[in-house]
Amino acid sequence: MNPLTGYLLVAALLFAIGLAGALTRRNAILVLIGIELMLNAANLNLIAFWRYGPHPEALTGMMFAIFSIAVAAAEAAVGLGLVISIHRHAHTTDLDAMNRMKG
Amino acid sequence: MSFVFYLLAALTIAGGLAAVLLKNTVHCALSLTVAFAGLALLYLELDAQFAGFAQILVYIGAVAILVVFAILLTKGSETPKDGVYSKNWFVGLVIAAGVFAVLGWAVLQSAAVLPHQTGPAPTVTVLQIGNALMGRYVLPLEIVALLLTAALIGAVIVAMHEKESAK
Repeated sequence: MNPLTGYLLVAALLFAIGLAGALTRRNAILVLIGIELMLNAANLNLIAFWRYGPHPEALTGMMFAIFSIAVAAAEAAVGLGLVISIHRHAHTTDLDAMNRMKG
Repeated sequence: MSFVFYLLAALTIAGGLAAVLLKNTVHCALSLTVAFAGLALLYLELDAQFAGFAQILVYIGAVAILVVFAILLTKGSETPKDGVYSKNWFVGLVIAAGVFAVLGWAVLQSAAVLPHQTGPAPTVTVLQIGNALMGRYVLPLEIVALLLTAALIGAVIVAMHEKESAK
């Protein structure tokens, strides 16, 4: 098997696992964990394409992955801050119980 | 495909599966750390040393700890009495399986035209990465720095305890 195909399949499986977690769990923090897994799967794709692509010395895929890691860190901080804030208002992190936008 | 790749892929997938399947939220966060470590090792296997160590520092060092903090601050480790899965979990599972089927089909269909440079690993030093970040990628670097500052200040403001008089 082409090595790149193996990495792409692992990334696709990890993305599907993250998506399943984000869509099926009730706890808001677990949904964020699923989103993190999806972002990491995309990063694995970028690094794999950088390694097996035609011009690795241009560093394009590597830079994409590094910037993506930084943006994902910002996303995690904001998401978890929102969860803590919602928990303070509604005293729950259960997404099925959060059916009002008004606090 | 080397044995190391299969081992690391199995570790990563097992960590990811445990992170979304386990009942106890703290166990989920720890399994997420295993998945992140497996991904970092996959990056190292792909000769992307800088990205691998950045993954360890940012994800295992910061994001996993942040998730554990959020779980403990929201008492999320208590298992809810009406199950950990959403009411319409089956729809979510079908959507995820469909997405995986489409992605896997696309990857396998295009296997013949995917690039496969099997030459020696590209040698990338931190000096080259630093030069690229300060040269060609300096504008994205500044934007990411601004984004991180704004996001972290925003996260602190959102999560900050509100005063009673403000209500």
